Amino acid sequence: MPVIGTIFYVFLAIVAIGTALGMLLNRNAIYCALFLVLNFATIAVLYLALGAPFIAFTQITVYAGAIMILFLFVIALLGTEMLSAGEPIKGHRLLAIGAALIFVVELVLFFIVRNQVTGPVQAIGSDFGSPKNIGVLMFTEYLLPVEIVAFILLSATIGAIMLTKPDRKLFQKMTRPRD
Amino acid sequence: MPLSYFLGISIVMFTIGVLGVLLRRNALVILMSLELMFNSANLLFVAYANYHQILTGQIMVFFVMAVAAAEVGIGLALLVAIFRVKKSIDIDQMSSLKG
Amino acid sequence: MLFQDGFMNSTFSLVPLVFLLPLLGILVNWLIGKYIGEKGIGTVASLATGGSFFVSVLLALALLKDHAGAQVPFLQWISIGSFNLNWVFRVDTLSVTMMLVVSGVGLLIHIYSIGYMHEDVRHQGDPKRFRRFFIFLNLFILAMMLLVTGDNFLVLFVGWEGVGLCSYLLLGFWFEKGEGGIGNAKAAKKAFITNRIGDFGFLIAIFLIFWNFGTLNFGEVFAMVPAIAQSQPGALVAITLFMLLGVTGKSAQIPLYVWLPDAMAGPTPVSALIHAATMVTAGVYLMVRSQALYIATPVAQQVVVWIGALTALLAGLIAVAQFDIKKVLAYSTISQLGFMVAAVGLGAEIAAMFHLVTHAFFKALLFLSSGSVILGMEHGLSAGAHGNAQPHDDPQDMRNMGGLRKNMPVTFVVYLIGALALAGIAPLSGFFSKDEILVAASQGNKAVFLILLFAAFLTAFYMGRQIFMVFFGEARTNAAKNAKESSLLVTIPLMILAVLSVAGGALNLPGKHTLEHWLSSTLEIRHPAEFIWSIAIASFSIAIIAILLAYFIYGKKPLENAKAVDPLSKSLGGAFNLMNKKFLVDEFYQAVVLKPYTKLADFSARVVDQAGIDGVVNGIGSLTTSFSGLLRKLQTGFARTYALSIFIGVVAILVYLLTRI
Repeated sequence: MPVIGTIFYVFLAIVAIGTALGMLLNRNAIYCALFLVLNFATIAVLYLALGAPFIAFTQITVYAGAIMILFLFVIALLGTEMLSAGEPIKGHRLLAIGAALIFVVELVLFFIVRNQVTGPVQAIGSDFGSPKNIGVLMFTEYLLPVEIVAFILLSATIGAIMLTKPDRKLFQKMTRPRD
Repeated sequence: MPLSYFLGISIVMFTIGVLGVLLRRNALVILMSLELMFNSANLLFVAYANYHQILTGQIMVFFVMAVAAAEVGIGLALLVAIFRVKKSIDIDQMSSLKG
Repeated sequence: MLFQDGFMNSTFSLVPLVFLLPLLGILVNWLIGKYIGEKGIGTVASLATGGSFFVSVLLALALLKDHAGAQVPFLQWISIGSFNLNWVFRVDTLSVTMMLVVSGVGLLIHIYSIGYMHEDVRHQGDPKRFRRFFIFLNLFILAMMLLVTGDNFLVLFVGWEGVGLCSYLLLGFWFEKGEGGIGNAKAAKKAFITNRIGDFGFLIAIFLIFWNFGTLNFGEVFAMVPAIAQSQPGALVAITLFMLLGVTGKSAQIPLYVWLPDAMAGPTPVSALIHAATMVTAGVYLMVRSQALYIATPVAQQVVVWIGALTALLAGLIAVAQFDIKKVLAYSTISQLGFMVAAVGLGAEIAAMFHLVTHAFFKALLFLSSGSVILGMEHGLSAGAHGNAQPHDDPQDMRNMGGLRKNMPVTFVVYLIGALALAGIAPLSGFFSKDEILVAASQGNKAVFLILLFAAFLTAFYMGRQIFMVFFGEARTNAAKNAKESSLLVTIPLMILAVLSVAGGALNLPGKHTLEHWLSSTLEIRHPAEFIWSIAIASFSIAIIAILLAYFIYGKKPLENAKAVDPLSKSLGGAFNLMNKKFLVDEFYQAVVLKPYTKLADFSARVVDQAGIDGVVNGIGSLTTSFSGLLRKLQTGFARTYALSIFIGVVAILVYLLTRI
């Protein structure tokens, strides 16, 4: 592989992980959201490199374009970008970080010990992940899941509307403060 | 790039997402970390789809994204509703199940 | 219910009435006793007992024709697998003899009680309790009849326990009176508990009989004895010795006699009926009935003889130094029971039964007459108290009496007859019955013979002492001076009993031996009684010598006043004191048995139960509580900690999957 390719990939990896860390460590929620958007964009580039153009664009559109915008709207609506300092739970941080480290080590060991294939990625045809191919598959083999997903989205929409409806009897019943 | 490169990214992103869920108190940031975890899984799916030359992985990613969108919608609606009552989205303040 | 068997003599089938009539008496008195007055209650109770007596007489007459007797089944009771135990009445010469004694003497005591209790309830201050007394008396007759008519050991045991219960109820009749307000109740408790120890022995014997013989029916058990004696002689020894324990409890022998003197706290008719004439003889009846078992175990017989002889001696010694009129008679009862038990052990069951019957007559007479004396003294107390306030003299203390033969002539005569009968002066009944026992002892065991002879001497001595102290000399207190004779209702039964005491010897006169022939249809006679002149003369002369000795000590120079010291105590000194204090047996029991037991009970209650068992149980509870308190900390309420625990679980599963390969 040419050197420039390696540098490119290393750069992408650094950006992806760096933005993830930035999201984790930042106190301001808006900054976290923006970091996440950048992360999604980097991932989309990686998808492109993996021969999945349709997925890459879907990622940009759905994740970075819809979900994160929704997040930003809600953060702006609630005005809670900075939480006041609360009391930490004893030993929680230590335990969480320790467990996470062990987790990483385990997964790495998993792949090594189980002789998971980690060979090079093959070359791909130009129409491997094209919309046409995905569409054919989607409407023949995976038709049922598509319909079900449509149903899920519909119910999510209705649910979101019902949950946030103000000044209506049903809404009041659902969101009555329970002490 | 060898597959292990994508594996590595995926593992690290997933772990960061898990840490975000465990360590942050802001409920919105927790939801965002969840999205991060989803994404790491998606990356893995696409990488293996590429490796084995089957499109099924990418289809899977498509569905995951759809469901993640639905879930975020509901989650945020819930948070808004909770905020109306509790006037805060600090997860630690929602501990009325304390026994 | 009542089986109509053609073979059965129809008179025999009347036997359930001896049980049912007193039951009817109880029910009538219970339900309508309030409305028929004292005379009515007394009449109902006496009629019930009289009816039992009448039926017993009929049964006796029927037995004269048909010596074998019969077994009258009444109710089906226990039927488990192949084991059948029914409520069957047994009519034979032995049980009819007991029935006659119990119901006959019982009837006379019922009539006496009408007059006695009329006075007593007013003296003690609760006239309403009159009815209760007669219900209990009938209940006693009921239980005693059950005891003597049972055809198997279990029915006998029911009656045995029943009379124990009635003894408790009647002893503690004035339960709120007595020393310190609980003296009578304590005496009743003592009687019941000591009896219980004996009952425990009897129960073990019944268990052993069932285990070894497989049946509890008298006929079947006694038929199997020779076979069992061959195969398991140890079992027979155990059975007879445990039964002996029961007998020592009920019939007041060593070591369980201690309740009888305290039982004098009950009203006098109770002492007469239960603790002289009938209940205490139940043990003797049991041993006579189980003759077959004792014949087969010479070891047990020896034990029985020695216990009887030693009891006779010990009780006689104690009686010499007692001052309460009823206590003297109580120890005398224990002594005479010792005679009977020794007779059974010597193999002279007929002599024992003969003495049982005559003893019932004259002991009941003595107790009832002492009741009459006490009544007279109480009259004298209340009469003398008009005017000057005197300290309350004990109406039962013999030192406060004296010269009563002038004021209470009828009582004096009957008391004298009873005392002479007890002392064994010919031709009164006591002479013949005691003589038979002495003859049997002389042929069986010379040492026992000497002991019994000495006990007979003591008997005559202390009865003479009592007569001289109570009836002769000058009245020592105002109570004695003002005593007056009791009513006819009291004195007529006394007179009847006096006649029986005189004539009772006719039951088994040497030569005719009526009782022996009568009982031979039920019992095995091993030593036919004979009349040995030398022994008869010896016992008669010893009794005369003892009475003369008593005259010299107490009659010639009577006590000057109530506070005078007993002349015997001067000569015997410390020994007299020891005899007065009952040889400290009660104190010994208290220290050796009761105190450690109380300590053990205290330990069990406080340490084992409260601290130990409750501690463990409560400890488990508090352990659970603290453990759940620990677990509670898991529910922090923070979603983050729950998520963390899920994550750690995932990590752990991965470790497992990793190492599983």
